Amino acid sequence: MMSSNTASSSSGNAGSADSSANRRTSKRPKYSRFTQQELPACKPILTPKWVITVFLLVSIVFIPIGVASLFASRDVVEIVDRYETECIPPANRTNKVGFIQSSADKTCNRTIKVTKRMKQPIYIYYQLDNFYQNHRRYVKSRSDSQLKDPKSASDTSACDPEGTLNGTVPIVPCGLIAWSLFNDSYSFSRNNNETLTVNKKEISWKSDRDHKFGKAVFPKNFQNGTLIGGASLNESIPLSEQEDLIVWMRTAALPTFRKLYGKIETDLNPNDEVRVILENNYNTYSFNGKKKLVLSTTSWLGGKNDFLGIAYLTVGGLCFFLALLFTVVYLVKPRRLGDPSYLSWNRNPGGR
Amino acid sequence: MPGHSRRKMHFGKLYSFSCFKPSFREDHDQIGQRGYSRVVYCNDPDNPEAVPLNYRGNYVSTTKYTAVNFIPKSLFEQFRRVANIYFLVVAFVSFSPLAPYSAPSVLAPLIVVIGATIIKEGVEDWRRKKQLQIENLYSGIAQSAVFRLQQCDTEFLCLLALMSFMVPGVTVPIAILLSNAHSNCNLSSNCSLVTLTVKWGSIVTVLEEKTLKWFQDIEANNRKVKVYGRDHTFIETKWKNLRVGDLVKVHKDEYFPADLLLLSSSYEDGICYVETMNLDGETNLKLKRSLEATCSLRDEESLQKFTAVIKCEDPNEHLYSFVGTLYYDGKQYPLSPQQVLLRDSKLKNTDYIYGVVVFTGHDTKVMQNATDPPSKRSKIERKMDKIVYVLFSTLILISSVGSVFFGIATKKDIASGTYRRWYLRPDDTTVFYDPKRASLASFLHFLTGLMLYGYLIPISLYVSIEIVKVLQCIFINQDQDMYYEETDKPAHARTSNLNEELGQVDTVLSDKTGTLTCNSMEFVKCSIAGVAYGRGMTEVEMALAKRQGDRPFEVDGSLSDVSGHNGNTVDSGKSIKGFNFRDERIMNGLWINEPHADVIQKFFRVLAICHTAIPDLNEESGEISYEAESPDEAAFVIAARELGFEFFGSTQTSILLHELDPKTGEKVTRVYELLHVLEFTSSRKRMSIIVRNVENQLLLLSKGADSVMFERLSKHGRMYETQTREHIKKYAEAGLRTLVIAYRELGEDEYRIWEEEFSKAKTSVTADRDALVAAVADKIERDLILVGATAVEDKLQKGVPECIDKLAQAGIKIWVLTGDKMETAVNIGYACSLLRQGMTQIVITLDSPDIEALEKQGDKEAVAKASHESVTRQIREGRSQLSSAKEGSVSFGLVIDGKSLDFALDERLENLFLDLAINCASVICCRSSPKQKARVTRLVKVGTGQTTLAIGDGANDVGMLQEADIGVGISGVEGMQAVMSSDFAIAQFRFLERLLLVHGHWCYRRIAMMICYFFYKNITFGFTLFWFEAYASFSGEPAYNDWYMSCYNVFFTSLPVIALGVFDQDVSARLCLKYPLLYQEGVQNVLFNWPRVLGWMSNGVISSIIIFFFTTNSIFNQAFRMDGHVVDYEVFGVAMYTCVVWVVNCQMALSINYFTWIQHFFIWGSIALWYIFLVVYGSFPTTVSTTAYMVLVEACAPSILYWFTTLLVVVSTLLPYFSYRAFQTRFRPMYHDIIQIRRLEGADSDLSIDLPARVEIRMHNLKVNLRQRNS
Repeated sequence: MMSSNTASSSSGNAGSADSSANRRTSKRPKYSRFTQQELPACKPILTPKWVITVFLLVSIVFIPIGVASLFASRDVVEIVDRYETECIPPANRTNKVGFIQSSADKTCNRTIKVTKRMKQPIYIYYQLDNFYQNHRRYVKSRSDSQLKDPKSASDTSACDPEGTLNGTVPIVPCGLIAWSLFNDSYSFSRNNNETLTVNKKEISWKSDRDHKFGKAVFPKNFQNGTLIGGASLNESIPLSEQEDLIVWMRTAALPTFRKLYGKIETDLNPNDEVRVILENNYNTYSFNGKKKLVLSTTSWLGGKNDFLGIAYLTVGGLCFFLALLFTVVYLVKPRRLGDPSYLSWNRNPGGR
Repeated sequence: MPGHSRRKMHFGKLYSFSCFKPSFREDHDQIGQRGYSRVVYCNDPDNPEAVPLNYRGNYVSTTKYTAVNFIPKSLFEQFRRVANIYFLVVAFVSFSPLAPYSAPSVLAPLIVVIGATIIKEGVEDWRRKKQLQIENLYSGIAQSAVFRLQQCDTEFLCLLALMSFMVPGVTVPIAILLSNAHSNCNLSSNCSLVTLTVKWGSIVTVLEEKTLKWFQDIEANNRKVKVYGRDHTFIETKWKNLRVGDLVKVHKDEYFPADLLLLSSSYEDGICYVETMNLDGETNLKLKRSLEATCSLRDEESLQKFTAVIKCEDPNEHLYSFVGTLYYDGKQYPLSPQQVLLRDSKLKNTDYIYGVVVFTGHDTKVMQNATDPPSKRSKIERKMDKIVYVLFSTLILISSVGSVFFGIATKKDIASGTYRRWYLRPDDTTVFYDPKRASLASFLHFLTGLMLYGYLIPISLYVSIEIVKVLQCIFINQDQDMYYEETDKPAHARTSNLNEELGQVDTVLSDKTGTLTCNSMEFVKCSIAGVAYGRGMTEVEMALAKRQGDRPFEVDGSLSDVSGHNGNTVDSGKSIKGFNFRDERIMNGLWINEPHADVIQKFFRVLAICHTAIPDLNEESGEISYEAESPDEAAFVIAARELGFEFFGSTQTSILLHELDPKTGEKVTRVYELLHVLEFTSSRKRMSIIVRNVENQLLLLSKGADSVMFERLSKHGRMYETQTREHIKKYAEAGLRTLVIAYRELGEDEYRIWEEEFSKAKTSVTADRDALVAAVADKIERDLILVGATAVEDKLQKGVPECIDKLAQAGIKIWVLTGDKMETAVNIGYACSLLRQGMTQIVITLDSPDIEALEKQGDKEAVAKASHESVTRQIREGRSQLSSAKEGSVSFGLVIDGKSLDFALDERLENLFLDLAINCASVICCRSSPKQKARVTRLVKVGTGQTTLAIGDGANDVGMLQEADIGVGISGVEGMQAVMSSDFAIAQFRFLERLLLVHGHWCYRRIAMMICYFFYKNITFGFTLFWFEAYASFSGEPAYNDWYMSCYNVFFTSLPVIALGVFDQDVSARLCLKYPLLYQEGVQNVLFNWPRVLGWMSNGVISSIIIFFFTTNSIFNQAFRMDGHVVDYEVFGVAMYTCVVWVVNCQMALSINYFTWIQHFFIWGSIALWYIFLVVYGSFPTTVSTTAYMVLVEACAPSILYWFTTLLVVVSTLLPYFSYRAFQTRFRPMYHDIIQIRRLEGADSDLSIDLPARVEIRMHNLKVNLRQRNS
């Protein structure tokens, strides 16, 4: 595709240089490859050889990556348990919203069967659906300075209507995001009462803990209003250690999202039965959102997703096919591209 | 500018050309009415009636911007653009809660863009000033200012010094100047200041021209002039203090300070000579003449009693017209341009004049003329506006779609008392999200949407294009191959708006004299006493000889020495400008041996005497040069000098010659008493002079066009008529300009009677004085005796035939519009390969016997009717001739003369005529007036809808240049008038080839590609936002951080596209010239037609779809790194943005054809800049960087998935385009593809051999193609 071309230098220059030198104020433009637009340049041209090479190259790179990604994805064991309906007593299922807003006991037991061996760490996620954490009103409703600095506690201008309590006392952390903090909780045990400890440390980004959320900022007046959104916070623990909050405050980009709940740092074996005691507190019923509990291992590429591998394979395969097609065309009709019989304006050369 | 008013203005200008001398009666009637309301109280500016008139002072300022008004004025200019107003509104809205992103991030790019545009404006203004008489600046200022400084004008000096402090741009010239002043200055108080200034000036060197221009204005405003004061003496005052009505005295070699009415001069008859170099660039002297009534006011005493009132026209820009009346001594005198001295012209050869100030300052004609040329916009730019409208509609469409969905979603938030999305607190919300007022929220959201998707409208497009165009202009100006050594003139792009239009020219309309030819007249042949002299062979003759199959072509009939034509230049020592006559029979004094030596003597005497040239003796070399009104006249005087009749001096009443005495062979001085000059006018077509020689004979010497001269010969003066006519015909065929020379002796009585009559006519004060004078002159210019005829050649410029050939190969149609005779024009046509052998000529003329017969009867209506019919018939015949030969390979050349053209341009006929003309390969219009030239240009422009380019060099081409889409001025001999109204100035016609085929082609391509790409990149970006909205319930939350977005257009994508616009070349200059057909890409607009633009746009939409969906599917919802973290809003934004930056930059890399280090640097640099930006921005405190905090370093970079996704998305997004291009290059290659491949294969060497033949065939195909498209 590339061919190097050294532009020919101006020949008219040498001859008249002397005479112009004599003239003191000659307006002759000075010669330089730049001003004469003769800089050495590559001129990429799509010759068949280059086209075929490029297509082949893409397929050679893409197919292995695709295979590797697919394998990585297959290695990951992921268990998804959807529970938002199951965890409502059958009697209350006609009025789920009413139930979730009542003060009834919302404990719920779930049993998950492990199908494949899961090596630790096993990541626990909750997955919500139809929840617009990316809504403009929602995303903006926070105060970064307040989260970081105890002195800026009253900086709640962006947080309305969850900025202040009764219009006077600032709420820390303020805003809709914090207010709607997820408050389902899970505890796990295996094969009849072998408790699986959930490590809830370091589930958030380190930079968030260190820089975004202050070590000296403590929750104040949180969830004290008339309307209670979600979880409340322990006022004796600084925000930088409230990792559930930190995770939640990193808003999701799409309405379906997972968030890290914790880690199980024990291997799970096939056929293990994991029992989950679940506090189903969070109201997703008003907006018909699903709730899912996800247990997943990771590979070097992250979690389970076949899309990347398949996409790589498809694109790689397509390129291979195109390379073949071009080769065939080239072999069947090896007409020179520079064939002068193309030099015609008869056909309407449109398009790009 | 609205088309209507522009048109009006043009016709106004044309009018001034067509009616050089408007008939007095008609115009003078209008005095006192609208447009003619000026009243000047001469010598009495303090008259109580004059004061309330309050005319402007004589202060001038020529810069568009000054330091004070620059910012507000240029801001205003900026916001005249619709797109910029949109952005301004957006900027205001950004302060409201409607804004999807923060106000600073919206304002920043707007400020950058508008700032850049303003800077560009400033640079342009600065450049404009630079081109305005920069030479004059250096020479003029250095001389006059230093002179003035010697007089130690304190104020002036202080101003200078002050300026150098205010503007850090006072530079070397001023420093030099000041140091000069320093040495000359005797004011010690100023000297320290001056020294300081000199030092300062030498330290800081920038903005030199700007300062110089201001400087020039100040200098001009402070020049001194003598004004007649109340105490009846002349006192010096500054120019700027002059008032209308002031009486001034101007000395030799001084400039006129304002437009003056000439009262009297140092000459008794009140004449004076003026040089109008600064007005029209013409170096010859012009004669001005005062009214007889005032020419006696020649001293201060007589002026004391002088009071008069002038009523005249209002200020206007017509240099050659003036209408006014002088009320003096109870009488009325009509005033004409003859009595008006214009500001910026110079008094020459006259000791002093007295004049009355009529127009001052910006009212003067020269200032009224100093308007910018009409602003022209290129076709591409006009189309771009349409595309922007399309984008605006798209913007509105998707915004309303978004707001409808948003409204529905918001309304649903409260349903029967329950809150659906309770986390948004719909119960306690602002109006923007209020479910109870969902429709209002939806409308307000529409505004948010307009802002959010505003990225569809490329904010930086306009400024990028303008920057690119300015840079392109610099390349044009810097092109060495368009530099003309002889006159030291490089090409000059005067406007930057039309660069790409140069690549789309369909028709070139060219002037002949001075454009195709050099306009340096050379005396080459003459016919004396029926014998032809002069053995040189003209270029036309050579071309004719070639055309007639190399058969020796005989001009002289008896003498054929074809071989001599290249040898004869060698033997003649040095070449003399204006003289290329070689004939040993009469040169070097040998004419005395010729049979008709006496006739020869008379012939050259006429040449030496009958003219209005002024000799100019060079003191050092003793050589004499002449300042003449026309180059022809100069050529005659020079020819006479070379043959021994040297005109070396003249006074008011006599002409002095050095002559060879045929008897003694010695040089003697002969004095001819000058009695009368009967001037040349275009209607008289002749000039005569009456002298009395030393033998006391009264002679009338005359020269003129053959058409008027032959009928004035006496019976016994027709001895050589047949031979001379024969010669004249041959000369005309050889492309020469001919004049007939004749004389007669006058009897004393006859003369006396005539003179009386003549003087009476001259002094008459009636309005038709000119006609009267002409009638009397006509009486004596009779019974002439024919002496011979002259032939001067206007040489073809170098490289003209080759250039025309190339342009024709490029499919450009060339029309020549000339004032010449048909024979001359046709032969020049052959000489410059406009007409070729094998071409069928269609001639439309009214020189037929029956029309002439009708004309003699004098029935104008009948003539008009017959002429109209005749022209119609001829056009129809031509048309049928054309269609009958349609399938043959015969090409046609159309020749039409001026008279016929008048009828052909008639409304009824113009379409028919145009249809005929555009189907001819070349068109020559002869005998066309400036107005006709402009009308033809207009007809072609409007009739075909194609781009027209007019090229010309003289004032008579101005109308044409301004009317055409592109005006190209030749900076040649005829001065600067054409150049000043042109868009591009070149020194030689042949540079047009490079200007069009290379620069035009490149610029067209660059701009077209650039605009397409701009739309592509913004659509790609804008639509990713839209897709994201669909997943954010259209709430107006942008997918990216505010600052990523505002940097998109300014930093991450703009430089490569500017590099594309400035540097890209599909093929090298050499190949552009080698394959001229490539130019058709521009004419047919294949790079910027709707399919292509829409193609690019859909490519953008497809890219955005691929980017959005591939990214989301790859990274959602699973963990994206080994440590279990999931993708959130921040990471997603970065991931998708990374893909966008990569895709648009790689797309650029794929689409350009030319990779220098600059392109590499910009493209890869832009991508690198994005990562650098992320790192830098991400390291700011969280309150500043918000969602970008550490996002690359901590979250994305360690994730393999992030990189893999980038790779996948980028490759799959580019794949469609790449495959398309691969298939296109393979199966439907564009012309430049073929040439590129041939170059690559090194095969173009053999192609060149058979190219012309093939081109002919392709051209034929092309024409068929075009015809189909047109029908």
